[in-house]
Amino acid sequence: MNRPEHPISSAGTGRPRSFTSNRGLCQEEGLIFEIGRPDVSGVDIDEPAPFEMRLGGLEREEPIGLPGLSEPEAMRHYVRLSQKNYSIDAGLYPLGSCTMKHNPRLNESMARLPGFGDIHPLQPESTVAGALELIAELSRWLMEMTGMPAVAMSPKAGAHGEACGMMAIKAAIAARGESATRRIVLVPESAHGTNPASAALVGFATRTVPCGPDGRVDLAALKSLLGPDVAAIMLTNPNTCGLFESDIVAIAEAMHAVGAYFYCDGANFNAIVGKTRPGDLGVDAMHINLHKTFSTPHGGGGPGAGPVVLSARLAPFAPVPFLREGESGLRLVEHVEADSQSFGRMAAFHGQMGMFVRALSYMMSHGADGLRQASEDAVLSANYIRASLSDLMTQPFGDQPCMHEVLFDDAWLKPTGLSTLDFAKAMIDEGYHPMTIYFPLVAHGAMLIEPTESESKASLDLFIATLRDLAFSAFDGAFDRFVGAPYHAPRRRLDETRAARNPILKWSAPTQDV
Amino acid sequence: MRYLPLNSEDRSEMLARIGVDSIDALFSSIPEANRLSRDLDLPLRRSEMETQRLLAAMAAKNMPAGSAPFFIGAGAYKHHIPASVDHLIQRSEFLTSYTPYQPEISQGTLQAIFEFQTQVAALTAMDVANASMYDGSTATMEAVLMAHRVTKRRKAVLSGGLHPHYAEVVRTVSKMTDNDALSLPPDVFAAEDLAAEVDEETSCVVVQTPDAFGNLRDLSALAAACKEHGALLIAVFTEAISLGLVKPPGAMGADIVVGEGQSIGNGLNFGGPYVGLFATRQKYLRQMPGRLCGETVDADGRRGFVLTLSTREQHIKRDKATSSICTNAGLCCLAFTMHLTLLGEAGLRQLARVNHANAVDLAGRFAQIYGVEVLNRSFFNEFTVRVPGPAAEIVEHLAQKGILGGVPASRLWPGEDLDDLMIVASSEINTDEDRAAFASALRGIA
Amino acid sequence: MSNLRYTKDHEYIRLEPDGAVVGITDFAQSQLGDVVFVELPVVGAVLAEGAEAAVVESVKAASGVNAPASGEVIGVNSALEEKPALVNEEPNGSGWFFKLKLSDPSELDALMDEEAYEAFVKTIA
Repeated sequence: MNRPEHPISSAGTGRPRSFTSNRGLCQEEGLIFEIGRPDVSGVDIDEPAPFEMRLGGLEREEPIGLPGLSEPEAMRHYVRLSQKNYSIDAGLYPLGSCTMKHNPRLNESMARLPGFGDIHPLQPESTVAGALELIAELSRWLMEMTGMPAVAMSPKAGAHGEACGMMAIKAAIAARGESATRRIVLVPESAHGTNPASAALVGFATRTVPCGPDGRVDLAALKSLLGPDVAAIMLTNPNTCGLFESDIVAIAEAMHAVGAYFYCDGANFNAIVGKTRPGDLGVDAMHINLHKTFSTPHGGGGPGAGPVVLSARLAPFAPVPFLREGESGLRLVEHVEADSQSFGRMAAFHGQMGMFVRALSYMMSHGADGLRQASEDAVLSANYIRASLSDLMTQPFGDQPCMHEVLFDDAWLKPTGLSTLDFAKAMIDEGYHPMTIYFPLVAHGAMLIEPTESESKASLDLFIATLRDLAFSAFDGAFDRFVGAPYHAPRRRLDETRAARNPILKWSAPTQDV
Repeated sequence: MRYLPLNSEDRSEMLARIGVDSIDALFSSIPEANRLSRDLDLPLRRSEMETQRLLAAMAAKNMPAGSAPFFIGAGAYKHHIPASVDHLIQRSEFLTSYTPYQPEISQGTLQAIFEFQTQVAALTAMDVANASMYDGSTATMEAVLMAHRVTKRRKAVLSGGLHPHYAEVVRTVSKMTDNDALSLPPDVFAAEDLAAEVDEETSCVVVQTPDAFGNLRDLSALAAACKEHGALLIAVFTEAISLGLVKPPGAMGADIVVGEGQSIGNGLNFGGPYVGLFATRQKYLRQMPGRLCGETVDADGRRGFVLTLSTREQHIKRDKATSSICTNAGLCCLAFTMHLTLLGEAGLRQLARVNHANAVDLAGRFAQIYGVEVLNRSFFNEFTVRVPGPAAEIVEHLAQKGILGGVPASRLWPGEDLDDLMIVASSEINTDEDRAAFASALRGIA
Repeated sequence: MSNLRYTKDHEYIRLEPDGAVVGITDFAQSQLGDVVFVELPVVGAVLAEGAEAAVVESVKAASGVNAPASGEVIGVNSALEEKPALVNEEPNGSGWFFKLKLSDPSELDALMDEEAYEAFVKTIA
């Protein structure tokens, strides 16, 4: 069912109702199917000279059902929609595990240089030397930052990178003749959901590793799971509780001792650039979310990019395409060669070039010194928030220094009768995007806050003061501020149960009531 | 550093509040021996101007599509994108927002996805579409895995007209999961008998139209054969503009339709980021991968949109999820829906007609060149020509003459004895002069 | 002795003259929240004790419903497909999932009775 807009109830607000449903700058906007018409177009296209169709009788005859908008109408439609979104440019975006840092606009303009943005993936190689050079240069930065000798550039996002790493591991196991027996992948209970899903995609079975009382992998429990059937561990470091896995070298050694591999989820790499290198710690594969650590825009959910650095043991199994330095310069190897152990191809073409340009632009701007400073500032800011809230809010693993994000649980909220969700929704009314909530699963009612290095001290101070004010409000029993929230967003709480029970996934023309 | 707001005074005050005397104290959980004791062996920070200079120098070594008569397709297509699209996707609220996990402050992204889903369903003539995948090739791989879940079978049959990169992506994952992927040999003339390959063990048949050689295929008979054996028909396209003129897969009986959406709203970008389209029948909804946006109401009864049916996804089902995908193609999906909204039904149909007209014109010019033969009986905006001699050398020659003239089939199918074939695309961006220059240059070489 | 037994995974099984009715407990539905989707087994399926027989989903969670004892599925509550909310409204009544013809009724002896289950819930609530 598609509902036309109706005026917002003004009852109880003490404000007059609005005829249009608009509230000043917050404007309602219909769907393109309600405001557009099939015969309107915002693009002028001339009629071609008469010609004879060569479609083999497969012409589309039925109407498609696509509305069109003229350019001014389209501008208004999308500008109005955009104004209903929160964004990093508008405010602090403390989503833990997502690294919502500033997206420099230089990166956008570099990606749009015709020499990068307007080249075809299958142009003759002689016409794209600069593109290959850029990929090689980005690879060099990634390898030096991680201390790894190889990198696969084609994965399209973090989860795709995970699949890439697991495929390389699977291929390496097959090369050892152990495919039939080595089928288990260990995943800590605090892991991102993509880890077990990626392992399953590649045909592994997963087993959960418990978390110890300090929020880190329980090394003894891990060792008790090890055996000749174990293919790998997938471990996020720093982990999703915002803590560095101090036993990482021991974990790597234990995995290698039983012939297994160490996959590191690099989602939290922003905490450690220039401070420690996964390659020096025994990691065999790690994806790097260019959209997190290296500031390529999140864009409302993508596109991402997830290059995977590989150890010398896994490098031979890397997917195509890859670059090879030859006598005549860089060459693209696009097909698995006869004597190669490459596991194959993961996606068409050569990877997320548009994201590569942006990431390299970010790296070159920061340099070795700026990258390390960014990590230090990210960690400093997270700890500043921790230290400023730890007297009010509880942490599941005690008050200890965190990395770039700080994890609270809901034990402190329990006596108030409010939930993590209520607290998060009240933050919206204060002009903040909530932190990551209910993840990781190891903390009850988790609130994971990642401020990133992009916030000024004044911004952090206001954020802290706001959370303290909300917390005191909760303690004082000011229920209304939470359970009805948000009041001031473009929408109040949305009925997700209704959406799931009776899914409406596209617009359909209203049926005439009899 | 211009992107870092904290200064040394701020840092000192913050350390004091935390109660430590140095930043290193905050990194104490990294054992001393595991810390990097030197600086990274990389250049130091650079100004915006210096960075720009270095990157522009790299970009200048490439030959942009817009700088030459351009006829390359084979899975990525150059079209004119209205200036307003790039302006709109760069609005901060779209560019710098995250996945719409808090729907109350993400209605812009969510409504755009809802509109996108509706547009994709209409274009493909299917019941439901998701919020997009990474690209066409990974969408195809996901479609095959979905067919395995639906049919509880493990064998995919891949047409010889399927883009070879797509086929390779499917084969890679199939090999990893011990599923079968039977790839038919390159099918230049769309002559293969796919129906004959379908049996009671077949989970799905994957077929592309327009295919990788440009041929249009009527899928109706194949759909019937699949149905008879309980297999699913997966229809693939790499040129979304074709759907403005050519009978959609949904009208020919496809069960899953996947494709590359790059040609609407998105530039070439040397191969990525692009946007994968994914649509299917209502009855398979719960086996679909990827995000879905649905309509609902808020506490005041106003229409709004949320991500829904999330229990299919990795953050809930973990190893039992329908896919490991977490993101969609966000901004690329947004650019797609904006461009398609600007085109509208009339604009898309007209754009598709111009593409077809230009390709027909180019094919006509080639037919008059001695030694050059157009192989297609039908096509949309792309076709295959036989040239006298190795196409790879001809393409290189053309580039030296300032014409980006096509893809040698041997680059996509090496070792398959297709060295004298070249795949050529022509879209609305080509002028009469461009096509005349291409034909004349080819005549000179051939 | 009561005809109701419970598992540690919060399924109940109730012996009735024409078969054993299986559903999830009131505690289970309250933990899950609004049920939005239920996947039922096919009639005729033969299930081993503990095998996943059905799936119940809320907006943010999905969980399996296992067979509390071995047997053949002789009926399913297809009303849940249209109206999954019944699981929340009447978990012990119209919100039942499926009916089994038990192959070994003695398996029920290992399950909890009402009193034991109530005590068990108190330990985890």
